[in-house]
Amino acid sequence: MLSRTADSLYWMGRYVERAGNLARGMQVALRMAGLASSLGGGVDEWRTLLVAAGAEPGFLAKHKEVTPEAVIRWLALDADNPSSIANCIEAARGNGRAVRTALTVDMWEALNDTWREMRAQAPTAAEPDRLPQFLEWVRARTLLFNGAAADTMLRNDGWRFTHLGVMLERADNTARLLDAKHETISGEGSEGAVAYAQWQALLRSVSALRSYQWIYHTRLQPKLVADLLILRPELPRSLLSCHSRVEQVLDRIAESNGGRRGEAHRLAGEIHARLRYGRIEEIMEGGLHAFLTQAINRNIDLGREITAFYLHG
Amino acid sequence: MVGGRESGFRINHVNESRRAFDEMHAGGGVRPAYAGIEAWLKAHGLEALAAKRAEAEALFRRVGITFAVYGEGGDPERLIPFDVIPRILARQEWDRLARGLTQRVKALNMFMADVYSKREILRAGLIPPSLVLQNEAFRPEMQGFTPPGGVYTHISGIDLVRTGPDDFYVLEDNCRTPSGVSYMLENREAMLRLFPQLCAGHRLMPVGHYPEELLETLKEAAPPNCQGEPCVAILTPGHYNSAYYEHCFLADEMGVEVVEGFDLFVEDAVVYMRTTAGPKRVDVLYRRLDDDYIDPLVFRPDSMLGVPGIFAAYRAGNITLANAPGAGIADDKAIYPFVPDMIRFYLDEAPLLQNVPTYLCERESDRAYVLEHLHELVVKLARGSGGYGMLIGPHSTAEQREEFARRIKARPADYIAQPTLALSTVPTLAGSGIAPRHVDLRPYILTGKDVRIVPGGLTRVALREGSLVVNSSQGGGTKDTWVLDDGPAPTQSQSQKMGG
Repeated sequence: MLSRTADSLYWMGRYVERAGNLARGMQVALRMAGLASSLGGGVDEWRTLLVAAGAEPGFLAKHKEVTPEAVIRWLALDADNPSSIANCIEAARGNGRAVRTALTVDMWEALNDTWREMRAQAPTAAEPDRLPQFLEWVRARTLLFNGAAADTMLRNDGWRFTHLGVMLERADNTARLLDAKHETISGEGSEGAVAYAQWQALLRSVSALRSYQWIYHTRLQPKLVADLLILRPELPRSLLSCHSRVEQVLDRIAESNGGRRGEAHRLAGEIHARLRYGRIEEIMEGGLHAFLTQAINRNIDLGREITAFYLHG
Repeated sequence: MVGGRESGFRINHVNESRRAFDEMHAGGGVRPAYAGIEAWLKAHGLEALAAKRAEAEALFRRVGITFAVYGEGGDPERLIPFDVIPRILARQEWDRLARGLTQRVKALNMFMADVYSKREILRAGLIPPSLVLQNEAFRPEMQGFTPPGGVYTHISGIDLVRTGPDDFYVLEDNCRTPSGVSYMLENREAMLRLFPQLCAGHRLMPVGHYPEELLETLKEAAPPNCQGEPCVAILTPGHYNSAYYEHCFLADEMGVEVVEGFDLFVEDAVVYMRTTAGPKRVDVLYRRLDDDYIDPLVFRPDSMLGVPGIFAAYRAGNITLANAPGAGIADDKAIYPFVPDMIRFYLDEAPLLQNVPTYLCERESDRAYVLEHLHELVVKLARGSGGYGMLIGPHSTAEQREEFARRIKARPADYIAQPTLALSTVPTLAGSGIAPRHVDLRPYILTGKDVRIVPGGLTRVALREGSLVVNSSQGGGTKDTWVLDDGPAPTQSQSQKMGG
């Protein structure tokens, strides 16, 4: 496969996933903001989300103050934010269009319709009474796209690079979400009603609140929340699940490209192995924040190695 | 976009529709090739035809057969109108055209091999050397090098117009990057889906094998240093190009990669594409990118679309570029008047296809004639694209003619002139009824070890009444082009015999 084609598919996957993750994060922030007064304040949801999305520096360069309205606009629509939902959709569609023959008709339609509808609703999407509906729509479109890819793509390198992008982005998102809340899990703020609501919000944003109950059958405990999101193979958005897929997919890509392997493959294997054989007690002892910071950085390294090895020929 | 050298095209010959040859109804009755269409129309009527048109449009939208027009506002990905009434040629008519096209393209290739080496035709005094050597389309970089098999224009689009039962003229040669062939193929697919019975009732000569013929042609053009099975790719300027759909379509049909400039790199004068499995050597590149942009080291240095070093790889015999750089010298409007002379000179044959008489304003006698007859001539720039700087005499005002007279006198070498032709018409679904509309025909001629032509080509139709402009960006549409094989048409398609 042409490196450019692989590159476009990989980024198409990443951007679609990123748009969906942002929508999820914003849905939860909205909900938390709605609960803020009954929880007695102290909830700075929007700042937390900015940090989790890695969008804080850009935001602060443009805005003096963190207000809900400004953050919502920045994350959902702002053209100056390369990772706003609108820009993610634009970038995903641009990548898809550049390699259109590598997409199935269903994928193309999911992508193209999303892009057209996004343009149509952009002017009003951030209005308070429109926002919840808009975020739900983004989430649904992401699910539709992933479904179209999973159901219709040939299982060749096209599928593998798309899937690789989705999984790396998803791992990154889970690590960042958890890291943004690490204080409520392992720090001083890890007790009380506010912390409890935070854990709920965190689980909700990765569609895992009920999954938690199915797995642990007990009330929320910070250590178990971290265990679920980092180490449980059952949860499709856990770091372990994502990195297990990343390693597998990279391995299949190597096989179908003459067996050539490099640092990307070694690193993916190492990350996966650490998660697979890791224990939550040790992670908590060593410090959750330190662990997650490292996880995020290694994820960035892995992305760089993949780019160097496959995508830039 | 349909037509032109990627950039656009217009037919600029004006006529009075009254005089035009109607390909279906000439001679007081229905011409034999159209009998089946006549019967279908009688049996089904206008409404059925309009319904078929709507079906066709839905089909084209779904498949996504669009051409891209950026920077003009509106829908950037447009549909080319498709007219469901086919344009029909009898086998005999086609065979004559095919012989003429083969002859013409052979001569054009020989002309290029000549002007880039010995220049015998110039020395023989048949063409003024300055017309060739000072022509912008002439590439001095191509001198002293012969491409594999001496082929310069592997894919040619020769635009034909018709004025009578036996009168076809070549309006223009396209030896650079002629586009539109995907519409020829998609139009046939659409007709087979929309009118299965009508198609089955005619002996249609197939066109669907064009991509295979193209691939064979490109493989035959493999460079001397190619080892094993040639690796073919299509080079596109990218998805902002109007013909991007066609580039992808042809790549898909041939099963080859469509690449952009930065997908390729040159190392030790060998061209590679960047793949996930590492560098892969490319042997033949069907480039749909103008000469100017192909290699910033040799041509335009600011080109971001090309591949640095590819021209050196080409000259080293490590890759074939199709069509060859510099092939534009053969389709230049100032060279066009000399093509019949080329045919006589290189092939020692009488030209089978006629040229439209052309006056070169550079020649004093021609210029005097042109200036006196501006009201009945079409004047156009000898080179340059688009409809810029064109005068359609019969439709012009006195001021416009004066303006052109001034321009011609100031820069005579820039202008040519041709008489207006009565272009033939074919019945077309226009508005609420069927009406005659002017057409042209672009057959695609492939030159590898042999010349191959799939029967027919792309028929373009001017959808506006009286208009001779078949350009897709100016209300032009397309029709499927049928070449009917001889012999009685089968009354029904074969069916399986049961029992017995």
